Amino acid sequence: MSHFFAMGGYAAYVWPAYAVFFIVLLADFVSPLLRRRRNLRELRARLARQTARQHRSATPAVNS
Amino acid sequence: MSKWIPLWLHKLGSPPIFYRFAGTLRPWFLGLALVAGAVALYGGLVLAPADYQQGDAYRIIFIHVPSAWMGLFIYGVMAVASFVALVWRIKLAEAVAMESAPIGAAFTFITLVTGSLWGKPMWGTWWTWDARLTSELVLLFLYLGVIGLYHAFEDRRQGARAAAFLAIIGIINVPIVHFSVNWWNTLHQGSTVRILGPSKISASMLWPLLTMMVATKLYYVASLFGRVRADLLELESGKDWVRRIATENSVPGEQA
Amino acid sequence: MSQASLPRACAEVLRRDLTLAWRRRGDIAMPVLYALIVATLFPFALGPEDALLQRIAGGVVLVTVLLAMLLALDAMFRSDIEDGSLEQLVLAPQPLALMLAMKILAHWLTTALPLIVVAPLLAGMLHLPLAVMGVLLLALLMATPMLSLLGAVLVALTAGTRRSGMLLALMLLPLCVPVVIFAAGAVAAAQQGLPWVAPIAWLGAALALALVLAPLACAAALRIALDA
Repeated sequence: MSHFFAMGGYAAYVWPAYAVFFIVLLADFVSPLLRRRRNLRELRARLARQTARQHRSATPAVNS
Repeated sequence: MSKWIPLWLHKLGSPPIFYRFAGTLRPWFLGLALVAGAVALYGGLVLAPADYQQGDAYRIIFIHVPSAWMGLFIYGVMAVASFVALVWRIKLAEAVAMESAPIGAAFTFITLVTGSLWGKPMWGTWWTWDARLTSELVLLFLYLGVIGLYHAFEDRRQGARAAAFLAIIGIINVPIVHFSVNWWNTLHQGSTVRILGPSKISASMLWPLLTMMVATKLYYVASLFGRVRADLLELESGKDWVRRIATENSVPGEQA
Repeated sequence: MSQASLPRACAEVLRRDLTLAWRRRGDIAMPVLYALIVATLFPFALGPEDALLQRIAGGVVLVTVLLAMLLALDAMFRSDIEDGSLEQLVLAPQPLALMLAMKILAHWLTTALPLIVVAPLLAGMLHLPLAVMGVLLLALLMATPMLSLLGAVLVALTAGTRRSGMLLALMLLPLCVPVVIFAAGAVAAAQQGLPWVAPIAWLGAALALALVLAPLACAAALRIALDA
């Protein structure tokens, strides 16, 4: 097992390389998820503000 | 409308339909990518023997070469989508082109870093200004330029068209990167994997490499689907179908 | 209403831009001063040792001229966009590519030409051998129009955006790397007594291509960027 981790003495190069690979792709995968979450949250807030505005105004069926 | 475009392809250009389509397929692509990646890594790290000349350091090849290939491949996809976006002004083509750029930049970055980590023990240097490395760095700058130009515009669609134009101009660099090892004397080694004819690499090392190439392609599709979906939500935020999605998901961040 | 003939229209565009530049001739001096300052800094930074300066002189002059042009490039269409005259040009019946070629020519005449005139002074300050000076000037004569042409396409793309300076540099770098490599390669070869015609010929061929394609690409890019 330790032989595997030692990578024939090149561990200091091989493992950081693999780490970069996984970390960068993980960041690439997560970023649109966060963006989507943020977008939906903002959209919901915007819709809530719109409906609140519609309820407040006396005239019905105001198209925002 | 052109009759040679099948109806299903034409329908796919509609944002809400593509949103659903991509949402259904994305987990499958991701799952397959992870499985293929795991198999490739097992084959490359555990099963394949150490290299005669490079010892165990050569195992970086299993992430370096697929990433390099993806950097070029994604640029090609981006350029084609850019062309479609400029000529036919299809929103989905704009989204595919613009959202491919960060993924391509990520793979190019990985290529440069893993290459550097491989070069240090093998060539004795972290970097050299030979044709292959320099053109790969230029490729990264091109990706960053496309991303930067896209975000510099107030109007997203206009920004997408400008960035698409830049992407098409930059396509000239892709053959330069690929053929640089043939056209110039470089420190970087020549191609070992050939599409036609035998490859200069042993079978036990070849199959994990090819499997990883497949895995990264599947990952690209999965990531692209996720990004385009997020982009479509922003682009179409005033439309009904987006409103419905926003109000349906009371728990944020649920994957549809 | 009679349409202006094509050569007349070209001459008018050129005359207008040159006149405008002359009215702001202080601006012409800016890139030149910048280049002088940058070139002067190198001996301070690296030490005045002759052999070292001689080796880097060609490359330093080339890069300095490139950076100075980059500074001036951003302003190529800016004032015309702001006062709307560029949109008028786009709408004009004359072929846009040709009109833009004239504007690019005017820009090159007012930014690159002063730099080329000053280049021997810069090279002399860095002890470039006199025999190589001719090759340096030839390389600059080939390289600077390419920078103007390629830069114009990119400036057109960023026409609608603010804060475009850094973005322009980022986008221009990949495209002008080959130009720098060949131009500097010619000077370095000449300095070592090796044949230097080949890189210059490559530059000439690329320049011929750019002269034809860049105005067309610039027109297309402008239409994309201005299409609000």
